[in-house]
Amino acid sequence: MTLNERQDEIIEEFSIFDDWMDKYNYLIELSKDLPEIDPKYKTNEYLIEGCQSKVWLFADMEGEKVKYSADSDAIITKGIAALLIRVLDGQKPSDILNNDLYFLDKIGLQQNLSPTRSNGLLAMVKQMKLYAMAYQAKMEK
Amino acid sequence: MSLDIQKIRNDFPILSQEVYKKPLVYFDNGATTQKPQAVIDEEIRIYSKENSNIHRGVHYLSEQLTQRYEDARKVVQQFIHAGHDHEVIFTSGTTESINTIAFSFGEQFISEGDEIIISTLEHHANIVPWQMLCERKKAILKVIPINDNGELLLDEYENLISQKTKIISVNYASNALGTVNDIKKIIEIAHQQDIPVLIDGAQIVQHGEVDVQELDCDFFVFSGHKIYGPNGIGVLYGKEKWLNKMPPFMTGGEMIKKVTFEKTTFNELPFKFEAGTPNYVAAIGLATAINYVQNIGLEAIAEYEKDLLDYATEKLKSIEGLKIIGTAQEKVSVISFNLENIHHFDAGMVIDKMGIAVRTGHHCAEPLMKRFNIEGTIRASFSFYNTKEEIDKLYDAILIVKQMFG
Repeated sequence: MTLNERQDEIIEEFSIFDDWMDKYNYLIELSKDLPEIDPKYKTNEYLIEGCQSKVWLFADMEGEKVKYSADSDAIITKGIAALLIRVLDGQKPSDILNNDLYFLDKIGLQQNLSPTRSNGLLAMVKQMKLYAMAYQAKMEK
Repeated sequence: MSLDIQKIRNDFPILSQEVYKKPLVYFDNGATTQKPQAVIDEEIRIYSKENSNIHRGVHYLSEQLTQRYEDARKVVQQFIHAGHDHEVIFTSGTTESINTIAFSFGEQFISEGDEIIISTLEHHANIVPWQMLCERKKAILKVIPINDNGELLLDEYENLISQKTKIISVNYASNALGTVNDIKKIIEIAHQQDIPVLIDGAQIVQHGEVDVQELDCDFFVFSGHKIYGPNGIGVLYGKEKWLNKMPPFMTGGEMIKKVTFEKTTFNELPFKFEAGTPNYVAAIGLATAINYVQNIGLEAIAEYEKDLLDYATEKLKSIEGLKIIGTAQEKVSVISFNLENIHHFDAGMVIDKMGIAVRTGHHCAEPLMKRFNIEGTIRASFSFYNTKEEIDKLYDAILIVKQMFG
């Protein structure tokens, strides 16, 4: 599935929720399904700064694709991480860098993207793209 | 005396709105309080009819507004029972007040090896300016510890005082926990060694009477926006004997008496510490807010808010897995808590969607959070316009949070 197909799938899933509580309950469900991050990456080195909750993020390359893993001590944040991973995991660095994450706006999470909200969504997106950029540069070498 | 809460609520236009299609419950009064119509009207009236820069013009509007600005100073003076109106300096808020004192007092009185005492309960605004001063002057910062209830250990405080102690700066009430400190005792002990004391009053003036002369504190600071007044205005009270010996913090404007390119002489108090065009609109707005609060009555407010705090404490305590952080004997109407195995951020996100405004996080008091070995708390802070019914809504919201994340 392409990156945008995955975004569209999530938009479709969220379209049935008309209430914030339903959205949060769904994020809680997603957080439970997020594969565990390797404990050796759950250190300060992989901690994303600037969030009210802690987020650990790690990325690696598998062939030409970026593999992400993440965890958070807050469940909603972890659910959001799970969504981002679902969209970006296994994609090429160029696709990660060149595609806009429009699903965040469509499912109502865009307001959480504002830098003043300290839930780490913005920081997570930034860090995921930074990883992609680094791997892109490595591949070009 | 009991308060007519419905009438009071009608004075605050913001309270009647809905958020997320639910009636707004505003429990973030520790961060900022809402403004009564009288304050909003005052600001509009000044900008519509009275605006003019003060102290400089000889014209009608300037003269009128200068008078009102100085009247506002007298309102503050009476409010905190300062000995003189020139001991009341308008600043942009508590943070600027503390920075002004830390810089100016520090320039004059702090040298290498001197010691400054603060407490574990302090807001970053009463930590960092002293830290910076210590770095500049190679001075030492000492911290009064607390017990598990969030109360200062006064015996330890006495032990911290030495020949080298030059100033003590503590809050009257803690923004994060609500603890009300035994300020009178702290000042008494300091004064036995002639050490001046700064009281951060940001979290007390909206909850009860303060008399700086009776307390005998050397400096007292607070913010307008936390006592139903406008943003961008605050107060620095200082005893004349200290302020006269301290150099200006910022320079320019009305604070100057005479300037040549060779030398500048500074104006007298209070203007010496009011550089640039002061926020005269907000200062007058603050006086209006103080009048509003005084009309309701600080005693009645304190009594009503204590009732709210007691009600909330009992109610929240009954929730399994809820832990109140800060259980001091004396508290202002602030209740900080955590839910077992639930991140305060998750709780806050859900409580918000129920239309309830609480604050989550470290409340700009990271060292205090560290003392309790936590990352943060959920904080509800009550005002006299809040009700028990609203506390019931918070209670219900917490039960939902528990159900969702438990």
